[in-house]
Amino acid sequence: MNASEERTALHESGGTEWDRIATSQQFQDLLALKKVFIIPAFIFFCVYYFLLPVLVGFAPKLMSARVIGTVNLAYLFALSQFVVGWTIAWLYLKAAAKFDVLTREILARVGVRQGGE
Amino acid sequence: MSISLAIFLVFVAFTLGITYWASKRSRGAGAYFAAGRRITAWQNGFAVAGDFMSAASFLGVVGLIALQGFDAFLYSVGGFIAFIAILLLVAEPLRNSGKYTVGDVLAYRLRPRPVRALAALTTLTIVLFYMVAQMVGAGALVTLLFSGSGISYNAAVTGVGILMILYVVFGGMLATTWVQIIKAMLLSACTLGLTLLLLGRFHFHVGEFFSAVSRIVYHRNGELIVSDFLRPGLRYKPPYGPLDLVSLAFIFAFGTAGLPHILVKFYTVPDGKTARQSVVWAMVLIGSFYVMTSALGLGAATVVGPDYILTHGGTNMGGPLLAQALGGDVLLAMVSAVAFATILAVVAGLTISASTSFAHDFWMNVVHHGVERHPDESVLVARITALAVGAVSIVAAIVLGPGSNAGILATFGMATAASANFPVLILSIYWRRFNTAGAVTGLSVGLLATLFVLVAGPNFMGIDPPNTANGMRHLIQANPWFPLENVGIVSVPLGFLAAWTGTLLGKDPGAEAKFNELMVRANTGLEAEKAT
Repeated sequence: MNASEERTALHESGGTEWDRIATSQQFQDLLALKKVFIIPAFIFFCVYYFLLPVLVGFAPKLMSARVIGTVNLAYLFALSQFVVGWTIAWLYLKAAAKFDVLTREILARVGVRQGGE
Repeated sequence: MSISLAIFLVFVAFTLGITYWASKRSRGAGAYFAAGRRITAWQNGFAVAGDFMSAASFLGVVGLIALQGFDAFLYSVGGFIAFIAILLLVAEPLRNSGKYTVGDVLAYRLRPRPVRALAALTTLTIVLFYMVAQMVGAGALVTLLFSGSGISYNAAVTGVGILMILYVVFGGMLATTWVQIIKAMLLSACTLGLTLLLLGRFHFHVGEFFSAVSRIVYHRNGELIVSDFLRPGLRYKPPYGPLDLVSLAFIFAFGTAGLPHILVKFYTVPDGKTARQSVVWAMVLIGSFYVMTSALGLGAATVVGPDYILTHGGTNMGGPLLAQALGGDVLLAMVSAVAFATILAVVAGLTISASTSFAHDFWMNVVHHGVERHPDESVLVARITALAVGAVSIVAAIVLGPGSNAGILATFGMATAASANFPVLILSIYWRRFNTAGAVTGLSVGLLATLFVLVAGPNFMGIDPPNTANGMRHLIQANPWFPLENVGIVSVPLGFLAAWTGTLLGKDPGAEAKFNELMVRANTGLEAEKAT
């Protein structure tokens, strides 16, 4: 079956064709690769972010400790959230470049080219 | 005052020009609702930032930091960090599997009519909260700035409303996007300029600035006190304050990823990859904006002082008063004009998301089962809705009047987004078993829980001393049933729990069968809506 026939089959057979892609090795690899990045990154973000209100709320003495001049731990920790956020975003962009390679392979097999690539 | 008006009129003339250009260019639903899906990554990043950085974050948060110090900065941290959830979990799947609204993704494998009806309802609720916040911000600005120029609060609110209707009715998403891009540029430049001026006042010596921040002198309950404004606990005090902070974090971490006017922006780009890149652009802009606004809030406390702010317009005026102190009336005028542009861009974004949801989800798919009876019916309905939304907001803003804090009003909208939209959206994309019953219970319990806990909390309930001014009185004179100002810690888990319970109780084999299809589309962009 050539690419365009395969594409027609995608429309005609509906769910079955989607199921075939979903269970294909390549697609499973893509999902696995995504999970390896996204789940730890999201958990890390949640823990790191929720630490801020928890510490500020429940350990105000500790967080009021002055670190540099009159600048305290609370403000530095809050500022570090921005750095952490930008870092996660940057790492995700790098990881996602790998997702895109796998995605293009999957799309090539179904005979559909991704727009703009 | 005339400089302020002049800058603002230039902005208005320019944006109306864009609206004219956009109205000539856009034909059909894809163009009207999604700007033809041809917005680039940086453009959408600026537009999302312009959509998100509202009067609440510029006027509200700067003012709150100026009065309550560090605690209020947590609003900004939350507003920024929430984009991580959008980046990692929502933007790409949404772009790949939906068409115009959040309801599209839900309706993909669930029964469309009930989920779309509820999605439209939560969207309108969130938009309403936000809209009131923006209008109140506009009103507060007018009260301070144009009091001598003959422009009344009512006239200004009506003006903002009419402009927003013009943008959305004639220019659709394309005009809205460009209004937001220009506003984001103006606001970023303005914030940067103010921050530099502020630091200049402290000889660009950061230590000197923070040392001034550590000794702020002001009156509290009639007593003169000195406070370190970096110290936590000025706003959130025991016994319930710490828990309130955590509760606020719930709203922020998950709320932004459920905000309809933010999510619709990801339909305006050509593909998932561009959507992803645009989130990162937005994060750079929004993050640096918030870091600078924390300095501006602390600067307002230092240079202007909490006492002066409270007696010259109140919370929302912290930023503009700082501008006045740093650069005189010229700078005040410029900042006010930018704040007005900010409000216009955000209300336009809110209006188009509300009218898209009503026209596409409710009118076309719930009432008419997805059948368009004549071409461009959905666009026509959206235009009429925009007109109605605009009219209702003008009336609501006039009836409510200036007074309430824009930042707090916006967090109400965010709470609904976090408790109703977010759980259902996430489960719909990532949980195979999720079904229609789960979406219905999740959306309705999330929405009702937010409203109920909000009304039962100290925002609405409280016993005021007899000499409290009329506008400051609690609506319900009784001890609050729920001790926290922020409802997230209860309403977000309740939203998830309801969605989960509903799923287990309901039966919907179709939804599970279509999960593979949704999963493939969301992850690969296969058969995603194309740019036109």
